[in-house]
Amino acid sequence: MITRLFKFHGGIKPDAHKHESAGAPIQRAPLPSRLIVPLRQSTRATARRIVEVGQQVLKGQRIGEPEGFLGTAVHAPTSGTVIDFGRYTMAHASGLETRCVVIQPDGEDRWIEHAPFDAEADGREATLAWLRDCGLVGLGGATFPSHVKLGKGSGVDTLILNGAECEPWITCDDRLMRERADDILAGARILFRLIGARELVIGIEDNKPEAIEAMRAAAQRAGDAVRIQPVPALYPAGGEKQLIRVLTGIEIPYGKLGADYGVQCFNVGTAHAVYRAIAHGEPLVSRIVTLTGNVARPGNWEVLIGTPIDELLPLAEPRPDTNRYLMGGPMMGFALPRLDVPVVKGSNCIISASPTLLPPPPPEQPCIRCTECAKACPAELQPFELYWFSRSKNFGKAQEYHLFDCIECGCCAYVCPSHIPLVDYYRFAKSEIWARERDKAAADQARERFEFRNYRQEREKEEKAAKLAAKAAETRAKLSSEAGEPAAGAAAAPAETEDPKKALIAAALARAQAQKAESQPRNTDNLSPETQAEIAQIEARRKAQAGDTPPPADGAVATDTPAPAETEGSPRP
Amino acid sequence: MLTALLVMTGIALVLGAALGYAAIRFRVEGDPLVEKIDAILPQTQCGQCGYPGCKPYAEAIAKGEAEINQCPPGGEEGIRKLADLLGREFKPLSEEHGVEKPKSVAVIDEQTCIGCTLCIQACPVDAIVGAAKQMHTVVEPLCTGCELCVAPCPVDCIAMVPVADTVQTWKWKYPVVEIRKAA
Repeated sequence: MITRLFKFHGGIKPDAHKHESAGAPIQRAPLPSRLIVPLRQSTRATARRIVEVGQQVLKGQRIGEPEGFLGTAVHAPTSGTVIDFGRYTMAHASGLETRCVVIQPDGEDRWIEHAPFDAEADGREATLAWLRDCGLVGLGGATFPSHVKLGKGSGVDTLILNGAECEPWITCDDRLMRERADDILAGARILFRLIGARELVIGIEDNKPEAIEAMRAAAQRAGDAVRIQPVPALYPAGGEKQLIRVLTGIEIPYGKLGADYGVQCFNVGTAHAVYRAIAHGEPLVSRIVTLTGNVARPGNWEVLIGTPIDELLPLAEPRPDTNRYLMGGPMMGFALPRLDVPVVKGSNCIISASPTLLPPPPPEQPCIRCTECAKACPAELQPFELYWFSRSKNFGKAQEYHLFDCIECGCCAYVCPSHIPLVDYYRFAKSEIWARERDKAAADQARERFEFRNYRQEREKEEKAAKLAAKAAETRAKLSSEAGEPAAGAAAAPAETEDPKKALIAAALARAQAQKAESQPRNTDNLSPETQAEIAQIEARRKAQAGDTPPPADGAVATDTPAPAETEGSPRP
Repeated sequence: MLTALLVMTGIALVLGAALGYAAIRFRVEGDPLVEKIDAILPQTQCGQCGYPGCKPYAEAIAKGEAEINQCPPGGEEGIRKLADLLGREFKPLSEEHGVEKPKSVAVIDEQTCIGCTLCIQACPVDAIVGAAKQMHTVVEPLCTGCELCVAPCPVDCIAMVPVADTVQTWKWKYPVVEIRKAA
């Protein structure tokens, strides 16, 4: 059957440098002295630590619980003791730190009890949860959680296995396909069923004839209806959108995913890991890493996740003039900030670079508008325009020219005769735009909250005033019913001013007056003359005792004695 | 002559009626300029500009009462944007209103906090939680770094801590050409 292949725009043909490391079979890297396992193994999600310092762990024991939608579990790559939990530099261009669990291997490499998972019997949801708990992420480099990518289980017709491996120097997928083709196919079948696809295509660049042959042989052995499709070696044919374009002719627009067009892509390494997780019940604790470049023994190694790179490098024997190390390929990789950073699930290759091999680019010169970059761009952008806008920090314009369609493949910078580090400008512009968007979202939130707070304060003030007014009205009503006309009249007048505070003061005044009037003792009124005479006598005696003044006449005392009434504690009959 | 007058009057009446209708029908509530200025301001609500919040400052700018260089959190970039929007001349940040600082958030030392609620009342965006005689804490993602809670604290337990870079917020640097000595 002759199938038609499609072409994507642009692309370049750099020196592949595959033969250096592709010859030797995959070897198992020896156990390092310690393993630094970052809890952040998938994009945008950090697992929650569930082990304590000093705890014994077995190989494959879970040390991090998945958290959130994009979370995946993290496992101990070998048996040993947890010796530390803290922040360690991670393999990232920023050189920032991330939370890591440090394990000291005991040398036994003893597995935790594990059993194959029956994907047929347990159903789709349980299988996806199992993949999440096995820490399955895309091993092509983006480390996107596989269980999320497997989606709803419908709507995807074509499953593509990405074995293109288009970046120069890297051969880990090539070796994996040559040596473990049956496992990859078995994993692909599992993915195929989980995603509910109708067609399985494995795209492999035609500069890997051995891998293509091995995969074909494996497919024949299994009797699978799988299309092993060699694709022309043209960088970046391994880009997801580019590979989909080449194999199916579908061009995926910006903001859409392959799944929106019925195509889903997985790396061959991911398929292999899925097979190990389902058929053997083994979580993802190791991966194949290419060690190449300026080294005496380039090759591929099966490396435990968390192995410090400085313990890995001696295996390849870097030559003495090596001055820096790149993680990933020479096109899209980055220079490692430090060498004690650990291997993570997305680390596919470490290249030793020397001033002669992979020299640093010559100084940037002015753009001469030759448009070579536009001819090379696989995303069909205008890289020179993007460059000017990014350089002048005109980010709005850069976005208008579809900066976010850029896949940072580096083709433009590769062909640029002025040696402009174009991708660096795009990365700078992208991260600035993201930062601005975050700031804007934060500002919008702050504005909303500030406005709500002002509204709330206003509302509280009103509520307080209303409460006060209600209280004043209540007091007034009570007074008018208790003290009769004069008090009501006194309170009613200020009530017309509509000021609750004034009304309350007036009410309080009225109440005080009423109390005063009430406190006029009535026990001196309407008394018999004998009692009055008695009071007068007592009063006179007390006054005489106090100041030696002569007692006044009886009649005067009887008619004019307000004194006992006004002094507190006057005796009452 | 008379016809001409009538025609002109007629046209004036018709156009006047149309304009009058349009003024009511397409009436714009509020001042759109204030909204535009407010969108540029960083919404820190710190009051360093001398106005009680970003919106009042935006209103003052729109009325021409305030200068455009009174917002330290907005920094030079904010002033440039305001200058662009309003067609005014760019001015460096006015020193009496403060200096541009890296973005910080307030952090309450929870051991020292006595639960007086003064910071809660001072916070313009309600980013502090707590109750009387209970420990208070700052909800970090909501904090604008306005520093308004620092002064009222009677036990000085609030510190402004610069926000550290994370993988999500880390930014690629502007490419700089390395100048090497010629061999």
